Amino acid sequence: MEQVDPAQQAARLGIGAYVARHIRDYGLLFALIAIMVFFQVVTGGTLLKPVNITNLFLQNSYIIIMALGMLLVIVGGHIDLSVGSVMGFIGALAAVMIVTLGLPVAVAIPVCLVVGMGIGAVQGYFVAYWRIPSFIVTLAGMLVFRGLSLWLLAGQSVGPFPKSFQALSTGFIPDLFGMDRPNLLAMAVGVVAVVALLWLGLRARARDARYGIEGEPFGLFLLRNAIVAAALLFVTWKLAWFRGLPNVLLSMVVLTVVYVFVTERTTLGRRVYAVGGNAKAAKLSGIRTERLTFLTFVNMGLLAALAGLVFAARLNTATPKAGFAVELDVIAAVFIGGASMSGGSGKIVGAVVGAFIMGVMNNGMSILGIGIDYQQVIKGLVLLAAVFFDVYNKNKDA
Amino acid sequence: MLLEMRNITKTFPGVKALDDVSLAVREGEIHAICGENGAGKSTLMKVLSGVYPAGSYQGEIVYDGARAEFRDIRDSEERGIIIIHQELALVPLLSIAENIFLGNERGRNGVIDWPETFRQTEGLLAKVGLRETPGARVESLGVGKQQLVEIAKALSKNVRLLILDEPTAALSEADSQALLDLLLGLKAQGVTSIIISHKLNEVRRVADTVTVIRDGATISTTDARGGTLTEDRIVRDMVGRDMAHRFPDRDRRAGDVVFELRNWNVRHPEQRDRRMIRDLSMQVRAGEVVGIAGLMGAGRTELAMSVFGRSYGRDITGEALIHGRPVDLSTVDRAIAAGLAYVTEDRKSLGLILDETIRRNVSLANLDAVATRGVIEEARETEVAETYRQSLRIRTPGVFQKVMNLSGGNQQKVVLAKWLFTEPEVLILDEPTRGIDVGAKYEIYNIINELSAAGKAVVMISSEMPELLGMCDRIHVMNEGCFVGELTAAEASQEAIMSLIVKE
Repeated sequence: MEQVDPAQQAARLGIGAYVARHIRDYGLLFALIAIMVFFQVVTGGTLLKPVNITNLFLQNSYIIIMALGMLLVIVGGHIDLSVGSVMGFIGALAAVMIVTLGLPVAVAIPVCLVVGMGIGAVQGYFVAYWRIPSFIVTLAGMLVFRGLSLWLLAGQSVGPFPKSFQALSTGFIPDLFGMDRPNLLAMAVGVVAVVALLWLGLRARARDARYGIEGEPFGLFLLRNAIVAAALLFVTWKLAWFRGLPNVLLSMVVLTVVYVFVTERTTLGRRVYAVGGNAKAAKLSGIRTERLTFLTFVNMGLLAALAGLVFAARLNTATPKAGFAVELDVIAAVFIGGASMSGGSGKIVGAVVGAFIMGVMNNGMSILGIGIDYQQVIKGLVLLAAVFFDVYNKNKDA
Repeated sequence: MLLEMRNITKTFPGVKALDDVSLAVREGEIHAICGENGAGKSTLMKVLSGVYPAGSYQGEIVYDGARAEFRDIRDSEERGIIIIHQELALVPLLSIAENIFLGNERGRNGVIDWPETFRQTEGLLAKVGLRETPGARVESLGVGKQQLVEIAKALSKNVRLLILDEPTAALSEADSQALLDLLLGLKAQGVTSIIISHKLNEVRRVADTVTVIRDGATISTTDARGGTLTEDRIVRDMVGRDMAHRFPDRDRRAGDVVFELRNWNVRHPEQRDRRMIRDLSMQVRAGEVVGIAGLMGAGRTELAMSVFGRSYGRDITGEALIHGRPVDLSTVDRAIAAGLAYVTEDRKSLGLILDETIRRNVSLANLDAVATRGVIEEARETEVAETYRQSLRIRTPGVFQKVMNLSGGNQQKVVLAKWLFTEPEVLILDEPTRGIDVGAKYEIYNIINELSAAGKAVVMISSEMPELLGMCDRIHVMNEGCFVGELTAAEASQEAIMSLIVKE
């Protein structure tokens, strides 16, 4: 038996080798930074203006929200093509309930979320318990809900929404400190977030060291955290000079933290990875694989509904076109973020960063006035390049 | 010499599969390669046929007088080396003729000449003695006939060296005889064959030369034509030590009945009229190791899977008791809760998540024990995995290694650790030492003995009779879904088991 200890090997080879072995994780972060710097330069500084940063969050919130659910679906070994249509359908449902029927917002929102879960449950039922490939079930769902939104809106746009509904997306958290500009709350949140991240990172390092796990070299840890901290402080500083923290940013951050926790720390999350990694072995280990698959689809439906509400609130109207082809952006974000098509691997943070990469490119190219035709081509190539990079690295290891 | 493989060494992550193996095959002979599971026979053949391309191993291959460096299977096939694998590589939905000429179609410019294809197929089928029409779908044929189609396919490529990996493993006695006769017939026509087989009587019948491989090294090459080569001699070379020392000693002290099955019946999941397990009853006492012997298809794995959360079959009836109390084994999680553990036959596809770490595999079947209200405590989880790593002597730098980088024996220990962590009363071990090297086997036997010493009831399913004889207190012999006999350790011998199987 000859075994090579990768940990000892890394210690010998130093930081360069460590980065090389974790090229995917670092590559993603650097790719996002590189893309941001590139567009910042070519747009003559427009990209990182306070108003545009705020816009970036508002524009991409629904993609990020759905990417959280899509990551779980893909890790579980499935795919959901219906999320764009479901998102549009829920927006339409909200518009009909609130604008046409005059129901209170506080009633309409929970109803919409429950309907979203119901849609996920039906699709998940066919996938999990009847073993119909998710590609087919959700392709059907995509057609069905695209049609139903058209029918619900009778082909018209319905709006505008009352202020209380719009606040879901375009509202801002009032400054507790009573300042107008700069918004002290935004800056305080930035500082607190940086401190929290550092604390969590150091705690994890201490834990790794206790079990003799070779973590990243300390210099690299500092560098990476310095970059993330600088970015966080920069963004919150900029936001503070516009209108402060958007509501939707807060819900995105809270959701992301919750899903990171669920995927990395809970038995539920662990079991989803196990099912995606080897469904038969998971089943013979006493895991109820069908139920888990079902739940990932229910969860996806819930998040697609939330995304639908956020999207409708931002546009202040529900249109039959809403959500068209959005599922592809969501799926692309998850794969750019490093998830594997065959299931079992992928990270929430990766999916969120992947969504931001897509978002910054969309936004930057729009500012530059690049036509939608070229935008699609470029996004397609970026997706292919990211996945190629993954596969290339895997083959190199083998 | 038609073929010489010299000093072949092939390494996988974590294991040296072949260590300086040499093999010499004369033109026109049938050369048998024998060895235990995991000895390296299949790896050697994959090196020869280019599945592992030149450069991925050390050593050299001399074929037909010249040094050969095969880049892939196509390369070796062009030189007339055809390998027929254990798992047949036919497309079930295509016809015999289409399968035979797959990738090698008769015709020109991509247009298939069907009359010519059928004419040639008929010729080939006649050669191998298969009476079927060329248009018959392969899925409609039995395994024995499919094997003949594979050979016909090899003949269509002008084979010079035919390699058969366990060709009779899945065949009935009559089909096996027909296949061996065919091999002798091909030999008369000048085709050289290499046959990998566990069945020593067959080896003795057809082989001109026998090479024994053990633990990735050549042990002996013997001329078998004179009739002086005995099966005992082959076995001794294969196992390398006397039976007495291959199995650790154990205090055999049986306690109360822990596990009991009464009138267990299982039907085939798709074909409901097929009864896979018929009215079967058994008892296992604390501290006992009970073996189940039988041929492939006897229903041993089906029995274990049907007991373990109804993971196999339908219309399951019968009663299961643990410590005299009826238990609900209707789902896997209930079976685990009742105190049952099942170590699967196929650890890679059913036992492990290969892309995950040792730690995560060990905790998988009992995650709640390392979690508080659904939140995993990683410190506890790591400690658990670390404890098993040490107590089962899993050879790895740490529990954060991915299991796919471990050797077969260490992977099997991870599977055992996973089930030990569920603290079972009853362990069903299905081929617990398949495909692992001799040293690791000995360690697995030690673990099994420790379990029985701790008062667990152990059921051991194995196709390796020496292993059953060396480890078990009692052996049930199974055939066609029934126990056809029971032997105590004192009564049991390979002959006694075999005669019970064939008594039908």
